[in-house]
Amino acid sequence: MSHVDGNSLAGDLREIFAVDLTVATGQCAGCGYKGSVATLRVYQNAPGIVARCPHCEEVVLRLVRGRDRAWLDLRGTVSLEIPLES
Amino acid sequence: MAIVSPGFTRRRQSPDVQLPPGQYLTEDFPVLTAGPTPRVPTDRWEFTVGTEAGQKHTWSWQQLIELPAEKITTDIHCVTKWSKLRTRWKGVSLDVLLEDVETAADFALIHSYGGYTTNLPLEDLLDGQAWIAYRYDDDDLTPEHGGPARLLVPHLYFWKSAKWVRGIQLLLEDEPGFWETAGYHDYGDPWREQRYQGD
Repeated sequence: MSHVDGNSLAGDLREIFAVDLTVATGQCAGCGYKGSVATLRVYQNAPGIVARCPHCEEVVLRLVRGRDRAWLDLRGTVSLEIPLES
Repeated sequence: MAIVSPGFTRRRQSPDVQLPPGQYLTEDFPVLTAGPTPRVPTDRWEFTVGTEAGQKHTWSWQQLIELPAEKITTDIHCVTKWSKLRTRWKGVSLDVLLEDVETAADFALIHSYGGYTTNLPLEDLLDGQAWIAYRYDDDDLTPEHGGPARLLVPHLYFWKSAKWVRGIQLLLEDEPGFWETAGYHDYGDPWREQRYQGD
């Protein structure tokens, strides 16, 4: 069996996105800097929310809220390390 | 008999003012920014048009301001729903800047100092619809509003009027820019309320 469809991610993603992501450790795709999401530089006075790396100022996260949906763009983030209950 | 307190009425608008759907009128000039404000000295500023064939046309600040300029009075409409009427600008028409540029491109990707990008069809930059603006209200354009120069393309939502403009890349294929890759509409016509993808 090679792969299954994205519905199979539901449980795992719900667990991850239900937590407070600001305590996650993100890695910047631009410079490789690792730091907690809470330390990002966030620009909110814009058509969407833009979070930038505190080290190199590259965009690591963009969040746009529409009328009935949101767009989350993480192409500037290599990974998020999320602490979970053991 | 209904009693209506003036304090609870909507902001008064003169009946001859017609705004695009969903917009409200503002008198001030809100500053929106997705990052730190670039400060670009005019002696280091340049503006480059690159074609799909790899040709580059570059103007220094001095060359830009020596080109024939126009005074433009226009309404502007931000996708965050404010509109501002009769704003006054001075700048160089893209018809002038693109006059000697040979291209078969249908699309343009605007680049700004600071890394911002936005896309639009090339035809929306031509025929008196777009300018590189460097004065606002009889003053030099401030960095907060995109100075030393910004794109002004007022028939589209104002995120297309890129602040701190530094160049235009002419393309055969459409290439979505900063907000267009994050949920905002590819074209952004305020009169058709094209705010988000799918509108």
